Amino acid sequence: MTLRRGIFLSGVGVLSAWTLVPIWLICISALGGRNAVDAWPKSFLPNLASFGTLRAFLDIEGVWSAALVSIEVAVLCMAFSLLLGAPAGYALARYAFRGATTYRLLILLTRAFPVGILALPLTITFIRLDLYDTPLGVALMHTALALPFAVLVSASLFQAIPREFEEAAWVFGCSRVRAFLRVVMPLALPGVAAIAIFAFVISWNEVFAASVLTVRHRTLTAYLLTVLAESPLHVQFAGGFVLIVPSVVFIFLVRKRLFAMWGIANR
Amino acid sequence: MSAERARRLVPYLLLLPSLVFLTALFFIPLVQTVALAFDGEHGWGVGNFNRMVDDINFTDAVENTFAVVAVVVPLQLCLALAMALMLRHIDRGRDIVLWIWSIPLGISDLAAGLVWLAILTERGYLNTILFHFGLIAGPESWLTYETPAVLFIAIIVAETWRATAIVLVILVAGVQLLPREYGEAADVFGASPWQRFTRVTLPLLKPSIQTALILRTVLAFEMFALVLSLGGRNFPVLVSEAYQWQNAEQDTGVAAAYAIVVMLVSLAATVVYLSVLRTPREQMP
Repeated sequence: MTLRRGIFLSGVGVLSAWTLVPIWLICISALGGRNAVDAWPKSFLPNLASFGTLRAFLDIEGVWSAALVSIEVAVLCMAFSLLLGAPAGYALARYAFRGATTYRLLILLTRAFPVGILALPLTITFIRLDLYDTPLGVALMHTALALPFAVLVSASLFQAIPREFEEAAWVFGCSRVRAFLRVVMPLALPGVAAIAIFAFVISWNEVFAASVLTVRHRTLTAYLLTVLAESPLHVQFAGGFVLIVPSVVFIFLVRKRLFAMWGIANR
Repeated sequence: MSAERARRLVPYLLLLPSLVFLTALFFIPLVQTVALAFDGEHGWGVGNFNRMVDDINFTDAVENTFAVVAVVVPLQLCLALAMALMLRHIDRGRDIVLWIWSIPLGISDLAAGLVWLAILTERGYLNTILFHFGLIAGPESWLTYETPAVLFIAIIVAETWRATAIVLVILVAGVQLLPREYGEAADVFGASPWQRFTRVTLPLLKPSIQTALILRTVLAFEMFALVLSLGGRNFPVLVSEAYQWQNAEQDTGVAAAYAIVVMLVSLAATVVYLSVLRTPREQMP
């Protein structure tokens, strides 16, 4: 029994290491700068002896300015997804109306399509509308990716809040809007935050649409993709590291809600 | 009466913004992509598709894409199933294990490619280990067109590392919804752990498996930045070719033709999963 337990636990350990070790290696590759990239054979421990390498990492201009664009795009995408998705989710959760099923099906349908690829015709539309090569344009495209998720998850979120709470507020003279803001919203807030974080991550990680829709104001993913062939490895590793850090933090923040969200979003 | 009618309009007003948005940024671009693909210099036709098929990389791109999907998706499903079942037997520290295993969920295919580039590059960590074991004499490059098998394996490994998490999360969500009574009943009737898994757990998980497979397959057909970061143009896939035609050749028509191929393949996969893994209503848990 203890032997089986031992094998089992080492299996868990191996799978955890399989996830974590590569992340560790990109961290020390990025923070070690140019010298670490050329070192042979490699050390598996970080070389923090010289401050110069860390400075070199912080000095990689392109990565940081692109990261700023990425943040701008992701924040916009987050806002759009919530503003458009939460009302729709509320409608699905609280009202019985004709067309609700059709709407749900339409939302699910988007999942069978590689949405990012639809950026191809948008280049032409966006040039005409002056949205090409702007963070706003990319954010709009990314919202198309994040919105279906936001609608389905917020619908389940509102469904989980008892209707009676709202009705009680109406009895006490609250208007529907006021009842929503004072009673439903506070209860839904953690879930809404999780949706926001997911929209942010979806946008932050998107590569194809961002590369097609930008030229000079590149997001971090688009910038890294275009410089793949010509830029030195330490720049690429630094970029990979910067790409990964927020994801790890965000997954940590939403870890409690991750499973409830996915369970519901996929029924 | 009119107040009643106004109230009935409320849900539609709440849905309207999202519908308008999806029309503008999903349905119209969808139609436009089709139009772009069939729009040639001499009017409508399949010219773009002909140029796509005649391109030297097309056959490779199709073969490579299908090879990656055919290997990666089943591999990820098995791995994620094993992980989901392991999680049921962890008492202490389950939350932290779950967090660690789901970290890659937030990692893009570009970032995953760069991570594995750091490991597999000439002066990388894999070669350091091989060197310490005396298997190689010095830095060795693995990701060139001279070593296609290693490049393929590298792509499989990186993609498995990155995207198993999403399958895991969907399956864990499904496992949590399973009623415990079924498993207990199987135990009472003397089922072995393997029988319990194949006869009870797996059939009950079918809806989750279906969702996971659809999502994963569509995303695997879309994968391209990982391939570009690891192998450059040595390993063309459908979307990387679409990207090249759009950005390097400035030829949106052929890029759109590739997009149509990717869409049809994704749709076909979805339809197959929906019909093969259909759960009759009376069998719903």
